[in-house]
Amino acid sequence: MNWGSWSEFFAMGGYALYVWGSYAVTAGLMVVELILLVLRRRGILNRFGGKS
Amino acid sequence: MSSGINWFKFSSPASFYPLAKKLAVGFGTLAVVFCAVGLYIGFFMAPTDHQQGESYRIIFIHVPAAWMSMFIYLVMAFWAGMGLAFNTRLSGMMASALAPTGAMFTFIALWTGSLWGKPTWGTWWVWDARLTSELILLFLYFGFLALQAAIDDPRRADRAGAVLALVGVVNVPIIYFSVKWWNTLHQGASVSLSSAPTMATTMLIGMLVMVFGFWFYSIAAVLMRARCIMLERERNSEWAAQYLESGA
Repeated sequence: MNWGSWSEFFAMGGYALYVWGSYAVTAGLMVVELILLVLRRRGILNRFGGKS
Repeated sequence: MSSGINWFKFSSPASFYPLAKKLAVGFGTLAVVFCAVGLYIGFFMAPTDHQQGESYRIIFIHVPAAWMSMFIYLVMAFWAGMGLAFNTRLSGMMASALAPTGAMFTFIALWTGSLWGKPTWGTWWVWDARLTSELILLFLYFGFLALQAAIDDPRRADRAGAVLALVGVVNVPIIYFSVKWWNTLHQGASVSLSSAPTMATTMLIGMLVMVFGFWFYSIAAVLMRARCIMLERERNSEWAAQYLESGA
């Protein structure tokens, strides 16, 4: 195990800004892409879908 | 056809549409599993790098994202070429579905590279061959998306986009080999078939697991987008009208 405690884990040996800045933006973009895809699908079904 | 297998069965949107859903669910599940395992290996099993400290842990998303940015472009150019050659509807839809995800991974590769470059090289950005050619890749994706968005007729948009995608494909080997052809600040290839690994084994395994995770994520996201495009473009055809009428 690399980390003695959670605070050590979040500190990333002093590179927290770079490491978490990378991971947060990557995860954020992937989640946003999936949300946009779900919304796009809902929009299509609302516009062109049947009345049921 | 005497072989008994109809290879073109899934080249029509009507039969590909339900298959794409099953594939998206399957690959989406795999993506979650692989990313979870990859992150666990990357953060809790891979040792601290003796030169870069913990900053190297960016590698577990940087390299997979950079690979996907190039790989998705190649797949996009392949479908674009198939669309031009055989004039199949689904090919153009696949190319259009791939572009946003490819652009996203190109941006992630640049973003994480910048955040990795600052602590290790002392700069966010340099105009060297690897970084510049990757930036050009991002502009190629944007160009493809903008060109398609500017043309109303989807089939014409497909053809115009296909030409751009095929011309731009020369950039991919330039990115990949840039670290060999030019003197750059960027380090050489992380993984090579011709030489022994330069990384610790756990680092390498964590990175490769993340590559598969990103790969499966891309397949799932692209198939979800392809399903949207199929419905949008074919909503007046029999299969799509039926599907939409049924309340989906």
